[in-house]
Amino acid sequence: MADMKRHYQLAVIGAGPAGLAAATTAAELGAEVAVFDEQGAPGGQIYRATESIPEQRAQQLGSEYRRGRELVGAFRACGAKYFPTTQVWSLNGRREMGLVHQGRAFTVQADQVVIAGGAIERPVPFPGWTLAGVMNAGAGQILFKSHGIVPDDGVVLAGSGPLLLLLAWQYLHAGVRVKALLDLTPTWNHLLALPKLPRALLAGHYLTKGLQYKRELRRAGVTTLHNVRNLCGEGENKLQSVSFVHNGRERSLETGLLLVHFGVIPHTQLARIAGCRHVWDDSQLCWRPQLDEWGGTSVEGILVAGDGGGIGGARSAEHAGRLSALQALYALGALDRAARQRLSRMDRKWMREELHIRPFLESFFRISDDLLQVRSDDTLVCRCEEVTAGEIRAAIAQGHLDSNQVKFLTRCGMGACQGRQCAEAVSHIVAAATGKSVEEVGHYRERPPVNPLTLGQLAGLFPEETE
Amino acid sequence: MKTDVLIVGGGLMGFSTALQLAMRATGCVVLDRDGAGRHASGVNAGGLRQLNRHPAEIPLSVVAADMWRHIGELVDSDCDTRFPGQVRVAENQAELESLEARAALVRSLGFQHEEIIGRDELYRLLPALAPHCSGALICRGDGYGRPFHALNAFRRKAIELGVHYRAHTEVETVVRDGNEWRVSTAQGEYRASVLVNCAGAWAGHIAGMLGEQVPLRPGAPMMMVTERLPHFIDPVVGAAGHKLSFKQMQNGTVLIGGAHLADLDLAHQRTEMNWRKLAVSARSVLTLFPQLEDVRIVRSWAGVEAFMPDNIPVIGASTTAPDAYHAFGFSAHGFQLSPVVGRILSQLILDRSSELPIDPFRIDRFAIAASGNTGSDRYP
Repeated sequence: MADMKRHYQLAVIGAGPAGLAAATTAAELGAEVAVFDEQGAPGGQIYRATESIPEQRAQQLGSEYRRGRELVGAFRACGAKYFPTTQVWSLNGRREMGLVHQGRAFTVQADQVVIAGGAIERPVPFPGWTLAGVMNAGAGQILFKSHGIVPDDGVVLAGSGPLLLLLAWQYLHAGVRVKALLDLTPTWNHLLALPKLPRALLAGHYLTKGLQYKRELRRAGVTTLHNVRNLCGEGENKLQSVSFVHNGRERSLETGLLLVHFGVIPHTQLARIAGCRHVWDDSQLCWRPQLDEWGGTSVEGILVAGDGGGIGGARSAEHAGRLSALQALYALGALDRAARQRLSRMDRKWMREELHIRPFLESFFRISDDLLQVRSDDTLVCRCEEVTAGEIRAAIAQGHLDSNQVKFLTRCGMGACQGRQCAEAVSHIVAAATGKSVEEVGHYRERPPVNPLTLGQLAGLFPEETE
Repeated sequence: MKTDVLIVGGGLMGFSTALQLAMRATGCVVLDRDGAGRHASGVNAGGLRQLNRHPAEIPLSVVAADMWRHIGELVDSDCDTRFPGQVRVAENQAELESLEARAALVRSLGFQHEEIIGRDELYRLLPALAPHCSGALICRGDGYGRPFHALNAFRRKAIELGVHYRAHTEVETVVRDGNEWRVSTAQGEYRASVLVNCAGAWAGHIAGMLGEQVPLRPGAPMMMVTERLPHFIDPVVGAAGHKLSFKQMQNGTVLIGGAHLADLDLAHQRTEMNWRKLAVSARSVLTLFPQLEDVRIVRSWAGVEAFMPDNIPVIGASTTAPDAYHAFGFSAHGFQLSPVVGRILSQLILDRSSELPIDPFRIDRFAIAASGNTGSDRYP
């Protein structure tokens, strides 16, 4: 790319709500900003295709989705350099990034970096999850947002979390037949979440919305089964039916498509390879970077904004994006302390308000240990290297007592997905088997490149360097 | 806790030594500051290479090669070893001549394992190689293993024979008390008659506790591995003109090494890939295998290792303390030597001498070298 420079004052990685807000804020205040994003258009996962989507489909996606257009509009006008379809495969503590753009590799250094990589769906292995016809709900939603593709033979939705409900509602409005909504949330959670309800009521519009979705689904006759256990995809290579236990009874539903969702967790790969310290969040059941109030990590000049720093949702991500930009500008010397405080006041207030709902949601939709710890030995945990839960438990029994040792021995996590699919499950399995906490067991050490990079692309870098 | 021999460092050298001692009914405790094989031992390229070793290492390497071929008898596992040979490719006449000189040197020392092959034999063995090469030096008995599997096999066997292993037990102080070593750690004190330093990148620190200064330089050689490819090559490939080690593993992935160093922060145990040097590494690969242009790199990593100024290890008794021994500084090519090093140390400890010539590896050679001879940087 002709106009990609080797250095920027601020690099923003990701163009979802956090990245867009960070870049817009910083560029409007005069900083030289570059935004690198995997997708071809701004919006992130939540506001995917927001600029190009037909009006009818935008309406089917709901009113929240339209917020993306305002954010993207402001971003387009702000003067930040925008590099779409750009993958960041490396980031180090000196804030040097490795990128691939239009098939070529580049390296760029920045004084400040805001990682706004968002969330990934929590990978939860269960029997049959690797069959063709089993997909993540998020992938189903992407097909719908980007291409208007919906399952024409109907769908079974299963799992836990607000997105599952939202997707069911979106499908309903798009005319898709939802054969059943299987709620795997343990009923016990409702009791545990109760004490957190009063605070959640401060952000009551989220609750209202959720209840509205439920009401409309019920009115439309969508079967919703609660407290479902032992989810299992059945079929030879291709999904034919879904079996499960409901109210103590074994049941089965014929379907060629099962969309599952178990909540979202921060996408931490970049912050990890940069050396940022991470902590285990037992409420969200995920690892997240340790952040200060501005999103600053343990590595100087690297900030994380949005769901990549802990799940808070799209609106909260916007605020976090602006806060991180203000802090970056302060670190660059472009803002003094007083200006930073003044400009950040409302975002800090609004972000607190946005987060009122989270503790309730986290308790309400908390995934059961049975699912996290992959109780069935035959279940594949690492689909790239084909390692089962049983093989992982055997490695632990041989004395390999942390995630990395298990990985070395079994190759679990050494495949093409770089452990994205299995890291969480392995941590939980090892923790359960050893009686340690997930924090003690640890997470795989990240091994760059975290995005695809070919030998030819790497060979094209630093042509002046010789042996 | 009291034992006969206390070994600092739970890598391959430490467990190999412990295993040999245990086979001779000697009590051993192995301490490691991290988990077993966390650093160089667990994550190296796994080369079983006699080819192109420093002349001082050749006698050891030849014995080690024989031990690797029968490694199952020693550790009840073949450690995923394969012996398709290793070649060192010459890309022009000048390089081929330097390899011929090397082969002549090895023959003059009385060894026959390295031979020169011409273009025809080279392309018969390596049809996938770019067509411009002139010939190669080959050691047909060489190969590779899987380091972490080897480490586990040595560790398991040693423990089976009674060796005690303490992970996450960092040595804090070492004190000589009468005829005994007293080693304190956060997890308690260990007492032993003999102390062995196999602490890899941290061995200089342990030697310092014995009053011995060594010019050890920690470094973290980088490696890359590709996606799985259809089988296209058998021997391990190096090159006279490139820092490169290249092999296709049993699962189809290609492992690329070459001792290019990562940026290392030893105090925080952090390594960062040096893409500038890995780009050179990628260019070396594509010079020899241009068809790999679009192959995806899946992972890169670096393991912390100890380098000596002359790139050969320290093996032998301490010159400042009684009943203390060293084996470290293998300078990124220790994997192949590990079985024989364990045997040598066990002989030094129990028989007071080794059957193999280890004088070139003595720890005080740098003090001597400082007075004139600085040693060659890389052989040849």
